[in-house]
Amino acid sequence: MNDLEPTPPINTISAGDPLAACSWTEGGSSLIFQSCKACQHHWYFQRNFCPACGQTEPIQSVSGGTGIVHASTLLQRAPNDEFRAIAPYCIVLVDVLEGFRVMGHGDAKLFIGDSVRCEVRQIAGRSLPFFTRNSS
Amino acid sequence: MSFVIGSGLTAFGRHADLTTLDLMSRATDLALTDAGLERGDIDGLVCGYSTTLPHLMLSTVFAEHYGLSPNYAHAVQLGGATGFALVMLAHHLISSGAAKRVLVVAGENRMSGQSRDSAIQVLAQVGHPIYEVPLGPTIPAYYGLVASRYMYEFGNTEVDFAELAVLMRRNAGRHEGAHFRKTISVDDVMASRAISTPLKMLDCCSVSDGGCAFVISAKPEGPNPVRISGAAQRHNAQHVSASLSLTDCHAGECANQALAMAGRSLHDIEYAAIYDSFTITLTMLLEEIGLAPRGRAGQLARDGHFDVDGVVPLNLHGGLLSYGHCGVAGAMAHLAETHLQMTGRAGTRQAKQAGVSLLHGDGGVLSSHVSLVMEKL
Repeated sequence: MNDLEPTPPINTISAGDPLAACSWTEGGSSLIFQSCKACQHHWYFQRNFCPACGQTEPIQSVSGGTGIVHASTLLQRAPNDEFRAIAPYCIVLVDVLEGFRVMGHGDAKLFIGDSVRCEVRQIAGRSLPFFTRNSS
Repeated sequence: MSFVIGSGLTAFGRHADLTTLDLMSRATDLALTDAGLERGDIDGLVCGYSTTLPHLMLSTVFAEHYGLSPNYAHAVQLGGATGFALVMLAHHLISSGAAKRVLVVAGENRMSGQSRDSAIQVLAQVGHPIYEVPLGPTIPAYYGLVASRYMYEFGNTEVDFAELAVLMRRNAGRHEGAHFRKTISVDDVMASRAISTPLKMLDCCSVSDGGCAFVISAKPEGPNPVRISGAAQRHNAQHVSASLSLTDCHAGECANQALAMAGRSLHDIEYAAIYDSFTITLTMLLEEIGLAPRGRAGQLARDGHFDVDGVVPLNLHGGLLSYGHCGVAGAMAHLAETHLQMTGRAGTRQAKQAGVSLLHGDGGVLSSHVSLVMEKL
């Protein structure tokens, strides 16, 4: 992330915090990311070290969920029955303000460059990140 | 130093009665005949993988089945980049002295050996198992995302993409082994069924059955040797969410490295064999490598630049988009056609000049790249 950009407030998760278990990937309602205090790198896919510098104590945080649409596609030909039931649906890549990229579902009318925010919705029987246009 | 001395390519399409091992065997028969060799002349074996025959040791399963006793055997998995990565591996094995004649082989009954849903789901697993696959994307969706961004940055249109599908189909019409030979128009592509915007059915390669094999040798032996003069790889983040850029996949750097190894530049290239899983794939690779200016691959195709009698003939067998795609052997078909073109044996498809050729394959969602340069002796 560029040093000149304002850094949004980050909700850091401390050990034992109930937020730690609430990532959408585990049925929760948060978008979680990690960052490195040594090199300031931010990333999305969880691991117990920094993929940029190897530092072993990454900080885990909850994202505010706002960002900009980087790419989008309206998927018509779904991979299985669960998703055929909701097709067509929009898949987006969003550059989240805290400095990482997320794949999610989104409103069919989203365009590249749109400002969006994330909420976790029940889609095809599971909790998934869903992006809608940010009205504010 | 290494040489492609034989190639064998089966027809692609439906081979309902043939297994992975049958298709690998047929392609090997053809490649050995082309090289004027027999089984016992082979001392190295490298192969790809098959989604219909998943196995920990496919190379030695095939060696046993076909009756080979190689000193070196190795199966490689790099998605669509596997075929050219195998050729690069054979080149290095020979250069290092580990083997003298390496068989490169792949085959798969990807169309007949499983349901269409199964094929689509297996392939979608190149996505991240926690952060991507649960969202219900498909390979065309990953490429649809890339295409949306590419169009946004460089102004390519869906009609521009369609021009490349039309070109591949026209080429396939001259090859009796191609899966799809019936001529199509830009309107046909535009009217074809929506898959994942902006990609439509005719922007996507098929799922086919088929096989392909080469013999790579330390010596320029037999009637049809061509030299491998450059080979390079480049690998980016595996997953599209982790990719640093959707519009710069480092294919250009990979190709430049292979060209530098060969002491060549893009201006020397007389024939191009470029991976074309989707029209966006072919567009992006042509433009990033520099065979077309950014945003203009479709326009050049429309103007005949890549035709059999054009400035740089491209995928004259019809590519993955129309010759067909059976997995690892799909991209290898590009090299089999290049070998025929370079040795003047492509019949009605023959380009006037194909002495110096550039080949490029990608795997994943433009995440793994292999470039090869081949030269006529």
